[in-house]
Amino acid sequence: MSHHIVEAQDLIFNYPDQTPALAGVSFRISHGESVAVVGANGAGKSTLLLHMNGYLTPTAGRVRIGDFLLTKATVREIRRSVGMVFQDPDDQLFMATVYDDVAFGPLNLGHTIAEVESLVAGALETVGMGHLKDRPPHRLSTGQKRRVAIASVLSMSPDILVMDEPTSGLDPQARRQLINLLRGFHHSKIIATHDLDMVIDICERTIVMHDGRIRADGPTREIFTDSELLESCRLEKPLRMQDCPACGNAPADRPSTIG
Amino acid sequence: MSAKIDRAFYDIGHLDNLAEADTPLHRLDPRAKLLTTAAFIVSVVSFGKYEIAGLLPFFLYPAVLIGLGNLPLGFLLRKLLIVSPFVIFIGIFNPWFDQVVVLQLGAVNITGGWISFISLLLRFTLTVGAALLLIASTGFATICMALDRLGTPRIFTVQLLLLYRYIFILIGEAIRMIRAHSLRSFDRRGKIAYQVFLQMLGNLLLRSIDRAQRIHMAMLSRAFTGEIKVVRQFNFAYREIFFLLGFSALFIILRVTEVTAFLGRFILTLWAGGG
Repeated sequence: MSHHIVEAQDLIFNYPDQTPALAGVSFRISHGESVAVVGANGAGKSTLLLHMNGYLTPTAGRVRIGDFLLTKATVREIRRSVGMVFQDPDDQLFMATVYDDVAFGPLNLGHTIAEVESLVAGALETVGMGHLKDRPPHRLSTGQKRRVAIASVLSMSPDILVMDEPTSGLDPQARRQLINLLRGFHHSKIIATHDLDMVIDICERTIVMHDGRIRADGPTREIFTDSELLESCRLEKPLRMQDCPACGNAPADRPSTIG
Repeated sequence: MSAKIDRAFYDIGHLDNLAEADTPLHRLDPRAKLLTTAAFIVSVVSFGKYEIAGLLPFFLYPAVLIGLGNLPLGFLLRKLLIVSPFVIFIGIFNPWFDQVVVLQLGAVNITGGWISFISLLLRFTLTVGAALLLIASTGFATICMALDRLGTPRIFTVQLLLLYRYIFILIGEAIRMIRAHSLRSFDRRGKIAYQVFLQMLGNLLLRSIDRAQRIHMAMLSRAFTGEIKVVRQFNFAYREIFFLLGFSALFIILRVTEVTAFLGRFILTLWAGGG
């Protein structure tokens, strides 16, 4: 059994027009860890994520997932073990019904019909969308689409979940439900996001990116208390850690949920 | 203007709603419905251009389907009305071109042109109505799968499926663009200048290409190797055979015999017998 380790070594990536997107990124994420990747627009978060399952090939540097170095020969196995959830669920849900979409991955992996059925049922059950399996995706709400998008990845039994902005576009309740759902997963998680309050809830570790480099990498709580760091990377403290706008009290003086 | 587009757009989705119902018609294997619809359409269009009487009994089929499937007649008629201008424009000149009088009702001369125009309208109502009924009782995606099972090349069925999946998103994007335009066009009142229209179209194309790229990315992330696989269990049982053969036989009988004339004579005989 492989350990669900994700390791990037000196990743460099230039877009075809030579715009540098990643300028030497290294990190190591160990089994079961939840890591947030935060940073300004254009800091390189999405580009970094696309390296995690071999969609983009680094100009230089290496990616290692579990026991495999990411190469052409291993990309198939890596795509199974790294479930990638995209930002716009409409891009991810391209089949005609929820069921077909969730079955897409398992069918490509060559499972038998009976296995596919149980994998799909299990994945939909996990995200609570079993009752909508015959619906066409265009008739789901954004929150439902996001859940189905996650199910479409879970059905491949990935070891690692990679998500791009999982809470964007959700209403507060759908966002909260999604956070609870993600907290229940035992996969290693890499989440790129601007929703720093969600990061507090889900990720014990945070990587801050700026201009294609890692500016900081450490425990979420330490990173989010470093105002100077956050500001220099065009970020700010999560709302929950800011002073109360009504009474002006610092978060330390009121009952806290951080941690 | 865009409000109208919006409504038409949401109306398309309503067909999907209808297809989700659970009636004897909905439960039938889609292949049976598809083949029966094809047989129906072929029978209807194979009539001569002046045929009216022979077409009338064919309304039995949509009537039975609406009954079996518990489908809303009014909604389907409205759908037909939306498409009808196309057919009306095709046939509207028949009465001018074909002025041979074929029938005289008192002082009114009825020309061949009018007969063929009415025949065209009937055929339009029947064939497009049958297609709408097929979609409303089966769902577009399921029809594609049925086509696939019946041996249509995979590339066509997948194209259809993806087209249907993304047409809503494309229309949604176009609607938002038109809305944004009309909100800032003031005096033009929503009329789009040719130049601007071209730019919007180009913009839409670029967005679509971007989206296509992201979809491909999503496919690759899920072990896509070039062939889209779909599982769908269909069950072609006695019910389906009965439905397909029964209706097909009916269509053939209605096509080759003059049922209307026969019924007419029969009723007249009864009348004469009674009187």
